[in-house]
Amino acid sequence: MSAVSLFINGRRHTVVAEPTMPLLWVLRDVVGLTGTKFVCGIAQCGACTVHLDGVAVRSCSVALSAAAGKRVTTIEGLAPARSHALQRAWIELDVPQCGYCQSGQLMSAAALLARSAHPTDAEIDEAMGGNICRCGTYQRIRAAIHRAAGEA
Amino acid sequence: MTTSMSRREFVKTGALASGLVLAVQLPAWARSGLGTLARAGATLSPGAFLQITSDGAVTVWLTNSEMGQGIHTIFPMIVAEELGISVSAIRLEQATADPRFGVQYTAGSSSVRRLWAPLRTTAAQAREMLVGAAARTWGVPAGECRIESGSVVHAASRRSASYGELVPVAAALEVPAQPTLKEPASFTVLGKPTHRVDVPGKVDGSARFGLDVRLPGMLYACVARCPVFGRNVSDYEDAGARAIPGVRDIVPLEAGEFVTEEWWLHRLPGAVAVVAETTWAAMEGCRALSCRWEGGLESELDSEKLARMFKDRAALAGTVGRYQGDAETALQGSARVFEAAYEAPFQAHATMEPMNCTADVRAGRCDVYVPTQYPTGVQQVAEYLTGLPSDAVTVHTTLMGGGFGRRSEMHWVIDSIRVSRAIHRPVQVVWTREHDIQHDNYRPASYHALRAGIDGAGRIMAWTHRVVAPSVVAWHSPSMLATAPDQVADEALDGAADLAYAIPNVRVDYCPITTPVPLGWWRSVYASQNCFANESFMDELAREVGRDAYELRRDLLADSPRHRRVLELAAEQAGWGRALPDGHGRGIAVHRLFSDSVVAEVAEVSVENGAVRVHRVVCAVDCGLALNPDTIAAQVEGGVAYALTAALKGRITLEGGRVKQSNFNDYPMLRMKEMPKVEVHVVASSDPPHGMGEPGVPPLAPAVANAVFQATGTRLRSMPLALA
Repeated sequence: MSAVSLFINGRRHTVVAEPTMPLLWVLRDVVGLTGTKFVCGIAQCGACTVHLDGVAVRSCSVALSAAAGKRVTTIEGLAPARSHALQRAWIELDVPQCGYCQSGQLMSAAALLARSAHPTDAEIDEAMGGNICRCGTYQRIRAAIHRAAGEA
Repeated sequence: MTTSMSRREFVKTGALASGLVLAVQLPAWARSGLGTLARAGATLSPGAFLQITSDGAVTVWLTNSEMGQGIHTIFPMIVAEELGISVSAIRLEQATADPRFGVQYTAGSSSVRRLWAPLRTTAAQAREMLVGAAARTWGVPAGECRIESGSVVHAASRRSASYGELVPVAAALEVPAQPTLKEPASFTVLGKPTHRVDVPGKVDGSARFGLDVRLPGMLYACVARCPVFGRNVSDYEDAGARAIPGVRDIVPLEAGEFVTEEWWLHRLPGAVAVVAETTWAAMEGCRALSCRWEGGLESELDSEKLARMFKDRAALAGTVGRYQGDAETALQGSARVFEAAYEAPFQAHATMEPMNCTADVRAGRCDVYVPTQYPTGVQQVAEYLTGLPSDAVTVHTTLMGGGFGRRSEMHWVIDSIRVSRAIHRPVQVVWTREHDIQHDNYRPASYHALRAGIDGAGRIMAWTHRVVAPSVVAWHSPSMLATAPDQVADEALDGAADLAYAIPNVRVDYCPITTPVPLGWWRSVYASQNCFANESFMDELAREVGRDAYELRRDLLADSPRHRRVLELAAEQAGWGRALPDGHGRGIAVHRLFSDSVVAEVAEVSVENGAVRVHRVVCAVDCGLALNPDTIAAQVEGGVAYALTAALKGRITLEGGRVKQSNFNDYPMLRMKEMPKVEVHVVASSDPPHGMGEPGVPPLAPAVANAVFQATGTRLRSMPLALA
């Protein structure tokens, strides 16, 4: 085990854990931020998506050592008090059902809007294709992304 | 009581219902005697669900599990309606497992069906007691008082009092046995699209699912069990596991079995748990364990063998579930007999949140924190395993990342209680995705043999349907095969026996088949495959007799107005009969689910290079009163997505006595670009609400198969639907 320094949601954390521990578990079990979710562990489903230096990554497949010294943004740090345009759109359209995939969906969608302010349906399909939703909220996710993009 | 029985509300009980409340009975709290116990102090609580205190706080206990179907919002909507307050004025508390609430389970699209009357009644009782309290206090007739925004008002004398102020007097009044319930025509809350109370927490990471439970001193555990069904660990080498940093303990879990509720058999294959300081260390520890396995049956079991077994079994008669007229004679006398066989594979539930349970067992107390659809069942299991009395065991239900019937099972509850007892610490057992997919309670595979007799004028005079499948209820209670074969058949023939088409001679029978594959209730249960068989066959018959698939169904549903209504609405909204480009096709299907909701779906597909793309699914729904129309639309959208995944994407296969698939790389899920446009049209109805968690599922697969036929001329009779 070693001490690693990370910046998470704007705050510096010194984490003592195995350098091979995936960032997902560092966040959930060591730092105590449980908004980022575990589903598949092999980067197939997107539920664990966080931003690493502004880029969307699957935290189940990023080792702690690879995140050392970098800026991590989790769902808890996306915006204060649900103020992100996507969060507001998600609430307005009642996007989530069970809600378990939605942290990952929002983080992927936020990364998309950060690089493409008014994405087309095809761009949305591409950017969001790595995020599975078993409750079938895809139609509403797409509508909410358009709605949030419309506000920009 | 079985979950499936409650779905069907059967009152023929057999061995199953001793001491338990059936779905058709009101839970114990609704008897007014219990109301007297709640009268002490400044609390108005005519029933266990609801409490109003003298500070004006209105609290509703959520006895059912929220898995995204919106039940946590419906509860306060129902209470708000009768009390004349807003949903946001109600405090919500998740109920623990408590006999005051009767049997608590959330399955079978039954929550609103079962609790509609009790919740309304309790809220209306409270309203009448508050009005009665005001009337008594002011010396005026109750009929001159009305409720307004949390107060009772007497307009004539310009007096008003808040509910809180009236509680002390109201609580001393007798609970009215038959309060007046509001008429649907005067609803101001119900029937309007209402934002879900749980959504805000689900967009900022604050919503707490089972996997997010954290207790002081808690450790994490993963369990190694043999993927070949029925095998036990014979010995294991744990040096590798203990060497993983963070691993604290290795706990063997001995093989065994036990029964709860006098019917539910819990099988415990011998396994080993690795306990660690983090989930990751526990998973790594499990991977580093070296186990040897023994026993078990049929390590030669594979999907091809099973498919042959099912087909062979169809040659022999089964337990008859429907016998009308004389189908055999009618078939023999038919001008033409048409027959076809359909197959559906095993399917896993694949909820997003993996299976998990947190148990804290200590001297004289046990607390269990679990995303469960069946808190009452968890209570029974925990009491059995700990030997503790009821009041020393508390079951806390969390939010869950998908249910779909998966979380009625108890395996991870048992794992966590056993490990916690062994290490004297709170422990969260987490199943990896691989463990979850390989140790599911699967939707059973099935084989369907159908025959129809057609007369010289092209009329369908006879219909027989033989279903061959293992039994979900008998998997949980094996003795039922011998002691309750009719109930076993009723479950497996759901959707097949209650064929709505007006055909004079019908025989439907069920051949149970025993396999070592664990089985469970999967969204819509046997309707998911029986409807595929029925509605594919009906489509094939339409072609056989030269009729349009929609119009033939409409004619044969002349005596089933609810089916006809949704069928017509779906066809009309989908533009049935309008031209489509080459390579495109439409397919239609209709089904009445055991919850009594009727749904028709029209799928529009295109086929290119053998790949099926579903563009649009138009759904028409009759679900009785639509309490929250937005939730109903969401449940249909979700049901379509769930069914489409099973129809097109993957299936569970067996090889060497174990499930071959393990994660989303080899058991693929529907992705955003594959999601069709789903349109939902709800028929206005004043029937009581019928439940919409599952009804969107059954018609989808046959609608798609029928559309593929229209597009290509190729009839697909097994799932996943794939053109060679």
